This record gives sequence, structure tokens and C-alpha cells, in this order.
Amino acid sequence: MRNVASAGGEAVPETAEVTPVAADEAAATGPAGAEHDGLVRHYLLLRVVLGVIRLGPVLILAGLIIGMALASPVFLTTGNIGNVLSQTAVIAVLAVGQLLVVLTRGIDLSVGSTLALASVVGAIAFEHGQQGPGVIVVMLATGAAVGFVNGAVYVWGRLPHPFIITLASLSIARGLALRLSGGQPKRGMPTAVRSIGKDSIGWLPHSAFLVAAIAVLGAVVLSRLVWGRWIYATGGNPEAARRTGIPVRPVLVSVYVLCGLLAGVAAIITSGRLNAGSPTAGSLAELDSIAAVIIGGASFLGGRGNVANALVGAVMIGVIRNGMNLLNVDAFLQPIVIGVVIVLAVEADVLRGWLENRFRVLQAALA
Amino acid sequence: MTAALTVRGATKRFGPVLALDEVDLEVQHGEVLAVLGDNGAGKSTLIKCISGVHRLDAGEIEIDGLPVHITSPAAARAHGIETVYQDLALFDNLEPAANFYAGREDAGPRWLPRPLRVLRRRSMADATVELLERLQVSLPDHAATVGLMSGGQRQVIAVARAAVFASKVVILDEPTAALGVRESRRVLDLILRLRAEGHAVIVISHAMDHVTEVADRAVVMRRGRKVGEEIPSPDSQERIVALIVGTSG
Repeated sequence: MRNVASAGGEAVPETAEVTPVAADEAAATGPAGAEHDGLVRHYLLLRVVLGVIRLGPVLILAGLIIGMALASPVFLTTGNIGNVLSQTAVIAVLAVGQLLVVLTRGIDLSVGSTLALASVVGAIAFEHGQQGPGVIVVMLATGAAVGFVNGAVYVWGRLPHPFIITLASLSIARGLALRLSGGQPKRGMPTAVRSIGKDSIGWLPHSAFLVAAIAVLGAVVLSRLVWGRWIYATGGNPEAARRTGIPVRPVLVSVYVLCGLLAGVAAIITSGRLNAGSPTAGSLAELDSIAAVIIGGASFLGGRGNVANALVGAVMIGVIRNGMNLLNVDAFLQPIVIGVVIVLAVEADVLRGWLENRFRVLQAALA
Repeated sequence: MTAALTVRGATKRFGPVLALDEVDLEVQHGEVLAVLGDNGAGKSTLIKCISGVHRLDAGEIEIDGLPVHITSPAAARAHGIETVYQDLALFDNLEPAANFYAGREDAGPRWLPRPLRVLRRRSMADATVELLERLQVSLPDHAATVGLMSGGQRQVIAVARAAVFASKVVILDEPTAALGVRESRRVLDLILRLRAEGHAVIVISHAMDHVTEVADRAVVMRRGRKVGEEIPSPDSQERIVALIVGTSG
């Protein structure tokens, strides 16, 4: 094993360009015998470790759930699970939208404010006599409209980064929501909206079914459709995407529209629960959604992440909050814990990148 | 025999700088042509004009004897010209098959708008494996993302991708520049197989020994002009170097 360690040590590259040279050296020093076997063992071990890290979010969530179940007898009761699910629903829906944006190397800071604006506009539509379907359509359209503005200004306004435009619409959408509502919640929502936000089948909240449907739809789009492939390609290498003829700009606009649309869905759930259009709803929800996506192992550098893991990230945030409440932990500790989890998730991503580099070197040495 | 690609009187100016000055060039099917020259000789400008990144100010380009107007990279591709640039333009986050089909995904049904079509993932993966086998390219794991592969494997994937979709001409910009000895070997072997399959291949390279090995003909450029043509061999190497640096008169 000592030989293996030294071979591996020499071969750690600073950049990808160094890799082949190092690989040639490694192969030249020990193409046969014990050293080669050692390399193979090292390679297989790395493969396993990488696999574990990729499963990381799921494993951590499983650990968290087991830990909570042992610590609190209430945690695994159906009532509490329903609770967690309904509290997580809004973050989960926003996280799916945020994931689409993050996959293209973007970020959408406006989803919380968009949620509030859609909620207030929905309430106004209800005041003007719209019923369930009408109010729902109005909320979705409001969300999609804000998303379209984000995407259009980012792409056609040639902004260097979506941070800026979505920061602006975070402010504008919140301001609009406050002005339109006079700063007060507008009471009343149609039955259909309340049912989505509040009701449940047994202990399973309606919103959980909505989340499941959106997640399945999102996963299908991302992994099965040409569109999803384009989203990953655009995030992985925008310049190459352009050169291979992928319509990069429409793809970028589409993810912001979808993200806004999903903020509209989150508005339906929130408004239904509150039975009101609330101009202050969704404050800091954009940060929760980003946290969920990052905890779920998506990379801010784009092109990496999936719906299932984003959901795991959202549920993890929900479980941490719920668990700490059940255990009577100081509420002010919750944001600190979630912050620490974010750092751990990002560090796991850094470690993964480093291991993948070593993996590449070993693979070249063995080829 | 009609040349796969013919360039006649290619001229390109960038402001006051004459980057290409009436350059003529011809590549046959099943031929590897090396374009040599020092930095700034006009090699890159020439291939960028052929692959549609730049437009010629004057001159003609013919493919299989027919004049074509190459106005964009997409137009070049539509005419069967594929280019592998030094940055490879690979998607590190996707597996080889997805890289192969990026921007031309095999998907259906046809009545749906293209973005909404369902990927034929199995058929794309199978076709990729088949193609890589035909080109005798071995990858450790077809399901791994390209980012996990070595420099040589990545280069080979990029070249193979260009080869599949180029019906006429494959242009390679410094294909071995970043590679070690063994990995360069794999790329050179692949170039020879492309030639055997009847592709016209244009290689831009600084590595004289690689050129000597794979190229049937070498064109030397200096200051935007074609200054000579040689059959690369160990004997002609010295003459070629003299042409490149301009000491031969």
C-alpha cells in the first residue's frame, strides 16, 4: 500500500493538463505486479467513496430521520409527518424551480417576493369575482410573468449575471405586493385554493401530492426530454452549447419562466393555508430554496444536480426545523444549524471535485 | 478526382492587418493535410474562415467541386465540415453519448416541438458505443461523465464526435498540444483511422514529429501567405522548419 500512496501522491494534478503526463509516469513506473494491483484497489475504493458522496444528501437525511425518531416519540407519528410535509411543501416547490435556474449557472433571488405578489394578485382577482380556476390561473400567470421579465432582462439585456436582475425584482415584486394590498393581508381565498393549501387525505396533505406531481414532472423534463438535456448542456458549457446549435438564450429564459411559475404554485399553497393574499408571505423563502438546492448537492457552477436531491434538501430543512421544535431547542438556533448544514454540503461538493480529479488520474494510469 | 475541400484566393483583413493573403488550399478525401506556421502566421484565421467563425473578404470555398457560402458555424456544419478547437467544447457534466448528440439529440415523436420530444437514450448510447468501437476508441466507462476522463480520452471523444457528424472535412486545431506521449498516440491513431474511412482531415499542429507521422502533405504559412508545401518526412523536416521561420529565402 505504501507504493500506491506514493504513486497516487505524485499523480495529483494541479490542472487537467498535467493529468496525462502524470498518468504516463504512473504507468511507466508500475504497469505490472503488486503496484498495479494496488492502483486497482485504490481506484475501486475511490469509486465507492465517490458513490457514497453522491448519495450523501439521501444518507444524511436518513440519518437525521433515524436520529429524530430515536430522540422524539412524536416525530414518526402520522400527524407529525403530515406536519413536516405541509411545512416543507412551499420550500420544495420553490426548490424545484430554483434547481432549474441553478443548473444553468444562474440564481433566482426573487421567488419569495414573486410568491407574495402572486398571492396578493390572486386575492384581488378573487375580490373581483374570480372563482377557484380563475384565481389559480391568475397566480400562476403572475409568477410566470415575473420569471419572464427576469429571464428576458438577463438574456436580452446582456446582464453579466442573473443575480442583479433577480435582486431588483425581489425588491420590485415585494413593493408591488405591498402597494397593491395596502400593506395588509387581503382576506379570503376560493375553496379550491384553500383546499390545496389546507386540506388533506387522511394525514397526507394535498400540498404533498402537488409537490410529488411537480417533482415527477420536473424529473421527467430534466432527464427524458430534449429540453432538459439542453438545460444541463447550457449549464455545463454555455459556449459549447452555443456552438453545437443549442438555443441557449431561449433555454435560459425558459428556466426563469418556469421558476416564476413554480413561485406561483407556491403562492397557491401559501394563500390557501392563510386563506388570504399576503404581501409579506415568502420572506426569505428564496434563501430556503437556494439552501435546499445546495444541500441537495447541486453545483453553483451549473450542470450538476437533480430534482430528487433538491427535494431531499428541502425535506432536510423541514426535518431540522420540525425536529428542533419537537426537542424544544431554542428557536434561534435553527438558522445556525441550517447554515452549518449548508457549509457541510458545499464542502462535500468540494471534496467530491477533489476525489474526482484523483479518480481521473488513476483511471488514466490504469487505462 | 475532385478535392473534398478547395479554397481559392482566401483573403481576410482585420482592419489594417492582412491576416490572409490569397491563400489556396486543397484537401482530398482520405488525405491528412497539415497546416503549419508560427504564431500569427494565419493558420487559425484560415480554419476559422473555413469553419464559419470568420467570413472571407475575398476568395472561394468549394466542397466536392461545388462553390459554397459559409456564413456561420452552423452553415459549415451543414456542409459537412466539423471543427475540433483546442478547448474541445465538451460538456464535462454529461456522459459521452450526451456529448456526441448535444444539439442534435435523437428524439421523438416528430409532431412535438423539438424541446418537448422524448430522448431516445438507449439508441443514442448504443450508437455511441458502436461508433467508438468502430474507431477503436476504448473508454473505461461509457456511463461516466466526460469530466471524469483523462485529457487523452476527452480529446478522442471530441475528435470522434466531429468525425461522426462530418461527412466531408474534419478540422483539428492542435489535437495533441495538451497530451502526454501515450495519449497523443491514441489521438494520432484515431486521425489515421479517420483517413482510412475517407474523411478529409486538416490538422493544425506545432508538433513536427506528429505531423511527419500522420500528414500526407504539409502546407506552410507565414504572415498570412502560403509559402510552401512539402511531403512531410524525416528528410523534409529541416526544409519545413526553414519555411516556417522564414530562413529559406
